[in-house]
Amino acid sequence: MYEHDVIVVGAGGAGLRAAIAAHEAGSDVAIVSKLHPVRSHTGAAEGGINAALQEGDDWELHAYDTMKGSDYLGDAPAVETLAQDAPEDTMRLEHWGMPFSREEDGRVSQRPFGGLSYPRTTYAGAETGHHLLHTMYEQVVKRGIQVYDEWYVMELATSDEDDPNDRSCHGVVAYDVQSGNVEGFKANDGVVLATGGPGQAFDHTTNAVSCTGDGHAMAYRAGAPLEDMEFIQFHPTSLPSTGVLISEGVRGEGGILYNANGERFMFEYGYANNSGELASRDVVARAELTEVNEGRGVDDEYVHLDMRHLGEERIMDRLENILHLAEDFEGVDGLVEPMPVKPGQHYAMGGIEVDENGQTCVDGLYAAGECACVSVHGGNRLGGNALPELIVFGKRAGRHAAGEDLGEPQIKTGYGDDVEDETETELPVQPGDAGLDTSSGVAADGGVATDAEGIVERKVEQARTRVDTLMDRDDGVQHAEIRQKLQNAMTDYVNVFRTEEGVKKALRIIRECREEYQNVYVDDPSRTFNTDLQQTIETRNLIDVAETIALGALVRDEFRGAHWRKEHQERKDDEWLKHTLISWNDGQPDIFYRPVILEGQDKTYEPKERSY
Amino acid sequence: MSTQQQQPEEPQSQEAPEDPEMRGAESPVDEKEKQGGDIDQQTTPEDELEGETVHIKVFRYDPEVEGKQEPRFDDFHVPFEKGMTVLDAVMYARDTYDSSLTFRHSCRQAVCGSDAFFVNGKQRLGCKTQIADLEQPIRIEPLPHQEVVKDLVVDMDHFYDQMHTVEPYFQDEDTPDPADLEEQRQSPENREKIKMSSRCIWCGACMSSCNIAAGDNDYLGPAAINKAYKFAMDDREGEEIKEHRLRILEQEHGVWRCQTQFSCTEVCPKDIPLTEHIQELKREAVKKNLKFW
Repeated sequence: MYEHDVIVVGAGGAGLRAAIAAHEAGSDVAIVSKLHPVRSHTGAAEGGINAALQEGDDWELHAYDTMKGSDYLGDAPAVETLAQDAPEDTMRLEHWGMPFSREEDGRVSQRPFGGLSYPRTTYAGAETGHHLLHTMYEQVVKRGIQVYDEWYVMELATSDEDDPNDRSCHGVVAYDVQSGNVEGFKANDGVVLATGGPGQAFDHTTNAVSCTGDGHAMAYRAGAPLEDMEFIQFHPTSLPSTGVLISEGVRGEGGILYNANGERFMFEYGYANNSGELASRDVVARAELTEVNEGRGVDDEYVHLDMRHLGEERIMDRLENILHLAEDFEGVDGLVEPMPVKPGQHYAMGGIEVDENGQTCVDGLYAAGECACVSVHGGNRLGGNALPELIVFGKRAGRHAAGEDLGEPQIKTGYGDDVEDETETELPVQPGDAGLDTSSGVAADGGVATDAEGIVERKVEQARTRVDTLMDRDDGVQHAEIRQKLQNAMTDYVNVFRTEEGVKKALRIIRECREEYQNVYVDDPSRTFNTDLQQTIETRNLIDVAETIALGALVRDEFRGAHWRKEHQERKDDEWLKHTLISWNDGQPDIFYRPVILEGQDKTYEPKERSY
Repeated sequence: MSTQQQQPEEPQSQEAPEDPEMRGAESPVDEKEKQGGDIDQQTTPEDELEGETVHIKVFRYDPEVEGKQEPRFDDFHVPFEKGMTVLDAVMYARDTYDSSLTFRHSCRQAVCGSDAFFVNGKQRLGCKTQIADLEQPIRIEPLPHQEVVKDLVVDMDHFYDQMHTVEPYFQDEDTPDPADLEEQRQSPENREKIKMSSRCIWCGACMSSCNIAAGDNDYLGPAAINKAYKFAMDDREGEEIKEHRLRILEQEHGVWRCQTQFSCTEVCPKDIPLTEHIQELKREAVKKNLKFW
């Protein structure tokens, strides 16, 4: 058994930042990641980091834009924390050597992004995430922080009290991909989940294949509720064939969207008469698909994004990476022709419910980054707000896990006095017992193991049995088949446009996937680098996460942010200024609600009609 | 990790000669007879696929599994689609025909650097190499000069160790309190100077292509030297740190080992002028009157 004070799971932006912060707080910290840190999906982020750095801008404007962008589903204490901490944390990256793009006077450049009232997106070319990831990994190397790379964390080691609010997390169980060994990692002070997004629940996604919602699923099964999972962001500009992302920076620099008739549809069809291409992402994604559905799409599938008029010099200076992506993945030269783009799954606004210090309702269990929901993004994330979330809340989670007192949180977590009762909506399927692979996050030994070490050991035994069972089966269904079925269902029915009937259909298919998973088997008999086994376990996580996305989409019968429902074309503030929370409850999801906090430090963010 | 794993015999060569043994592999019947192991060679019948197909020959090796302990090539035929990449083809083969086919991959957009393979005799990223640009059958092998863990997966530990040798982290002479929000100034020209070097994704293609690195295990290698270049040329670090960096680089197994064969530059998927960066550091070291070992 390995032992450290703080265990950080995942080594993307949030994980690395959490590890650095915990280390600075004097903790013995280790990172356990299924990928080597520089392979993390943060590296694929392109656009930039929002931070109010310049005179004329201030954190209050940033907070206001973010609350509006969220369609008033963000919690003000989280949003204000983000806006307040982002400038210092961005400058810290600069002092760590991050190669930001520069102005003539040597200061870092900032550019406009969708939904921002000031050009506050700090960037490094169109490869900001790559530089952020490498800069922070460099700092991890500098500090000598221990990294267990290519160790796949399978389960959390959490005690098994009946009420999740009474449970505590004492470590993780991980599988060494290179050797096949399953080992325990005891965390004396805390576990920080920073496992990224669940984009692989969808077929057409900008997310890496490693984005399988592992942290979501593990925390969910351990008793921490998942919050606002129905809010999935579909980025307006992904390449049609692969889902590769074309940065919002293209529109930020002046790129224009055209339909097949050559019309600048954002204006001509009135989707966003003021902001046009720079309306927020949910607005632009719906506009594009409406164009395609009404027969004005190119090849009935996509629209055109044109940046030719920006000129070669500006493109090479600020968007060079985009030229390479369009060329390599679509065979299009962005200097001489427009690029084909369509919406693709991009980001999960929801996630593991945490307070502004990164803490879940399970003692010792923290989450940060895309896997967490503080909630900053509410119903729709503004471009350029994901990277500051990683550094701000990664840092806070790391510090808090290391024992630093960050003060009393204003955001509550877990089932408590302030939640509203469960939903009245009748669910179309009873998710039911997941059989062999229930693998709940708790130690589940009837309280036999009460000490931390015993709890970790118990979970290691369970995980080894789980691996042996999957490996010993000779026949059944393979994970790839189930995963594809799941991804297709989500893309077909829980996409940009949602109907009640469609979402119910998706839930039935998810239920089928869960049943088929009872017979899943691993064909590869090897213990060496068995990606078949790893992907089989990931697929189980995707089923759990996809179910919460679809359930959330079904019960929220309104239209807010990225969540569009055919039958409900209005935002219903009197009913729905609240977060959807879904709790595992032994595989029978419980749905309950918590009011949105619109009270900031000095003011209340009154919901207004969103127009761009 | 075991150090006794077998090296593939084939991938060592820079070119990809047609192996007579492999030519017969397209017939499933012949192949099973020839192998005779517990695991049949994974061949996929071309006849069952309609439309245009792609023929890939994929290197296979697993130290643990009987029948795969002797390195071999498996043939797969996969349906061709416009825009298909090498990574798409091996993913299709894995998900459809043989789930034990093992390779690293993640982002599919040339930034995570995990799917560098030896494709038709050249180091390339699987995800950004178009099938349409390659001659078939397409030979897909692990990176040469690296220990093979399994199938297309190589041990990257030595590569990472070399990257860490050059102190790959920013070292400013005077760290002001960042709380005052004042950034360090850097001219756009200086940023431009380090731009290409900062694009390295640690895929290991350059190291694998380098003859010098193949013969000298201690050679820092193009990727690590390029990483050091990024810092050494960054004006923000200051002259004193730059001199410290040059001293690390001009050690016996540093920049002077490079024989300007340009193989690293040729294979770099991010178009980093690695060889030129190494030469520039040699010049810098000379200008600083550093000891020529």
